[in-house]
Amino acid sequence: MRTIRSLVQGLLCLIVVSLAAPAALAAPDDDGRALLEALDVDSYAAKGEAVTAIADSGHPQSRAWLEALLDGKLQRQDDGGRFVVVLANRGRHWPVRDALTDEDLGEMSRRDLDRIGINNALRGQLQNTLALLDLHAPAVSARREAARDLLGEVSPSMVEPLNGLVENEADDEVRRLLTQAIAIQRLEQGDVGAVEALSGSLNTSVRSALSAAARSDDAALAKAATEALAGIEQKQKLNDGIQTLYFGLSLGSVLVLAAIGLAITFGVMGVINMAHGELIMLGAYTTWGMQQLLPGQPGLALVLSIPAGFLVAALAGIVIERSVIQFLKGRPLETLLATFGVSLILQQLVRTLISPLNRTVVSPEWMSGSLMINEGLSLTLNRLFVLGFALLVFAGLMLVMRRTRLGLEVRAVTQNRAMARSMGIRATRVDILTFALGSGVAGLAGVALSQLTNVGPNLGQNYIIDSFMVVVFGGVGNLWGTLVAGLSLGVINQVLEPWAGAVLAKILVLVFIILFIQKRPRGLFPQKGRAAEG
Amino acid sequence: MLASRSWLSRPFRERSTQIFLGVLLAALAVVTLLNLIVPAGHPLHVSTYTVTLLGKYLSFALLAVALDLVWGYLGILSLGHGAFFALGGYAMGMYLMRQIGDRGVYGDPVLPDFMVFLDWDSLPWYWHGFDMAWFAFLMVLLAPGLLALVFGFLAFRSRVTGVYLSIITQALTFALMLAFFRNEMGFGGNNGLTDFKELLGFDLRSDATRLGLFLASGVALALGYVLCRAIVASKLGRVSVACRDAEARTRFIGYRVERVQLFVFVVSAMLAGVAGALYVPQVGIINPGEFSPIFSIEVVLWVALGGRGTLYGAVIGALVVNYAKTVFTGVMPEAWLFALGGLFVVVTVLLPKGVAGLLASLRRRRDDGAVETPAQGASS
Repeated sequence: MRTIRSLVQGLLCLIVVSLAAPAALAAPDDDGRALLEALDVDSYAAKGEAVTAIADSGHPQSRAWLEALLDGKLQRQDDGGRFVVVLANRGRHWPVRDALTDEDLGEMSRRDLDRIGINNALRGQLQNTLALLDLHAPAVSARREAARDLLGEVSPSMVEPLNGLVENEADDEVRRLLTQAIAIQRLEQGDVGAVEALSGSLNTSVRSALSAAARSDDAALAKAATEALAGIEQKQKLNDGIQTLYFGLSLGSVLVLAAIGLAITFGVMGVINMAHGELIMLGAYTTWGMQQLLPGQPGLALVLSIPAGFLVAALAGIVIERSVIQFLKGRPLETLLATFGVSLILQQLVRTLISPLNRTVVSPEWMSGSLMINEGLSLTLNRLFVLGFALLVFAGLMLVMRRTRLGLEVRAVTQNRAMARSMGIRATRVDILTFALGSGVAGLAGVALSQLTNVGPNLGQNYIIDSFMVVVFGGVGNLWGTLVAGLSLGVINQVLEPWAGAVLAKILVLVFIILFIQKRPRGLFPQKGRAAEG
Repeated sequence: MLASRSWLSRPFRERSTQIFLGVLLAALAVVTLLNLIVPAGHPLHVSTYTVTLLGKYLSFALLAVALDLVWGYLGILSLGHGAFFALGGYAMGMYLMRQIGDRGVYGDPVLPDFMVFLDWDSLPWYWHGFDMAWFAFLMVLLAPGLLALVFGFLAFRSRVTGVYLSIITQALTFALMLAFFRNEMGFGGNNGLTDFKELLGFDLRSDATRLGLFLASGVALALGYVLCRAIVASKLGRVSVACRDAEARTRFIGYRVERVQLFVFVVSAMLAGVAGALYVPQVGIINPGEFSPIFSIEVVLWVALGGRGTLYGAVIGALVVNYAKTVFTGVMPEAWLFALGGLFVVVTVLLPKGVAGLLASLRRRRDDGAVETPAQGASS
């Protein structure tokens, strides 16, 4: 019944098409139509040949057709005989577009469409064909991607065309990957010579193929594979080490950024600013606000938020200094309490004015993605940027403290306030500027943090204890100490994490610092001489 | 024996202690009478809910007294006293958990519900013994006491003082909070311990038990206050005040400063533990939130508002701030953090000696005109 009906329908279609086509299509794509017509047959063998024909045709739509065919979305209209690609097959009416002209045809009832069926053999052929099609892509990155996908997926029938491709391939990386893909296939056939081509690769498919070979009955093959695996294992360990170091440095750079402003206000001025975390939060919210002002340009907004975040936090810092801290000079514990109050107010202010919920800050395109060193090692770009940014901020701060008039005055006032004043330095002005500088750097930390974590009212709170730990660990009043302490605490945390878990690692680091302070109460790099007595 | 009696009886001869105890005991009696005798519905009736709330305030007041002992008389600003409070609370909570027996949701005769939920098949070693009240009550003192002993020994021996000590006490309570949040610790993770049924055989939901707990908190506060006064008035207390005001000088005179510091610190931690143990049965839950640095720093505010170094000021501060918190969070929760934050700033900038200092200076002005008395121990 079905065959008869479809035969009749097919005939009808042919008639209709032959009548209608010349009039309906502005630029009749006869080649494409012929290729598709060849698919609409009952014999799967014939369909297979049609697929090969499509792949070899170089028709611009060929890839889209084959993908649709693989997904069962290449269909034919019952009456009009048009070939369509179904966009979404949910419900009764499906949105479709014309397979030949790419024209949007709106919605069609599922009853009016006939699927071009495939079987398992055809599915395998389609997958192979698609993979090979990608290898012809003009973009090198697409070819690499396709070659990587082929690892472990090569069937015997593909070896021949792949060998041809390797010879014509211009890119070394693609050639290497293809050779490996073929080698995996040879290895599965028990070829010892294939092991050499695979050694040193970190790809998981390569490793699983090798471990399968290592268990084989062929003693020579098993031995060669085991040796190759050991080499890979060693390389992987090295990579893991580098990865841990990178994550550690990245975490450390965040700590340094959060703590370096504190190193100025706490370390140099001796002011305990518990609202430091909230200044970081203000910087992060500035980034968010900037992106709201410049929708669609996250990159520009981010660049502009660097000065903006600095200014916002610095102004907030000046307000805090003038309204609270100046009255508590020489009473560090009271300062701690008062600024804690300020931090509560700032948090609640953000909750009330903006929202208690987290805000997402978009990363610009040039910061997302990762830098691929090799198959076992890739470095996420945003963390790399933050690491660089932290070092830059540190260098800038060092310059300000060592090479500018302000830095000189700050150091003078810290060492001996009375004498500095009698030399004509306006100590109050220096206080304000120093506090503004430290607060501004906190704002910069916020801008950087907005790229790594959620921006919310509690953002600052999560960093305040860590920041104090870093400053105390490094030695109060010492910027180098803060840098070394921040980076090393980050690395220690990451090294501990795999065997202790994230939370326990953090606890262990805290306990470590508590014990360390018992041993060296003035940190890694204590101040010497008169400054130490203050 | 005679010496120790005179040491302990000295506070009772002080006028301030007599007034404080008088007011406290009178308040306890009035609340009890209003709760028991005045019929419900009468405007003067104090509901059991209010009694429990007051009991909670009293346990907080005891915590504040404990903190004032170290901050006001030893000069150590602990930002981690919440940790000792919470440890005492957990010790009590573990006892209460064991008392549930097989009445939990899963009905396991030994394991608390959360352990059954986590598929544990036996009690961890540190849960043993908590089915006995005497052991649990001992641990209420020992757990915070031991932590304070070890921590204080390390810190005072290497002369970590001032801001550094404050920051590492904060780190201590933060680390403990993270630890107690972990399910693997065996303290119920972030849900903590709850669903308590009875204490020493008394049903925790009955009105009589709640009144009893309120009275127990009041009595504990009175005893804690007297103990602190006794310590402060003793020779040890004078040395401790000397450490506060001039640590190096006291050391040079020949006192073992770190021993004095350690003793006072441990006593204070134990008092905080008792406060926690009284707090838990009244609120019916203990979770790692009590370890949060914010709670500890809030306690410091109570003492600062009341006036540090007076003990009764700490009690006033704890009662006032917590009453304000109850009112604010009920009426307009948004404003509470503004009010709390503002209070921190106002108290430290404008009222460095707190309410007690304000009262004292008013009294002095009345007594002897405008003669300024030298400030003592105002700065740290």
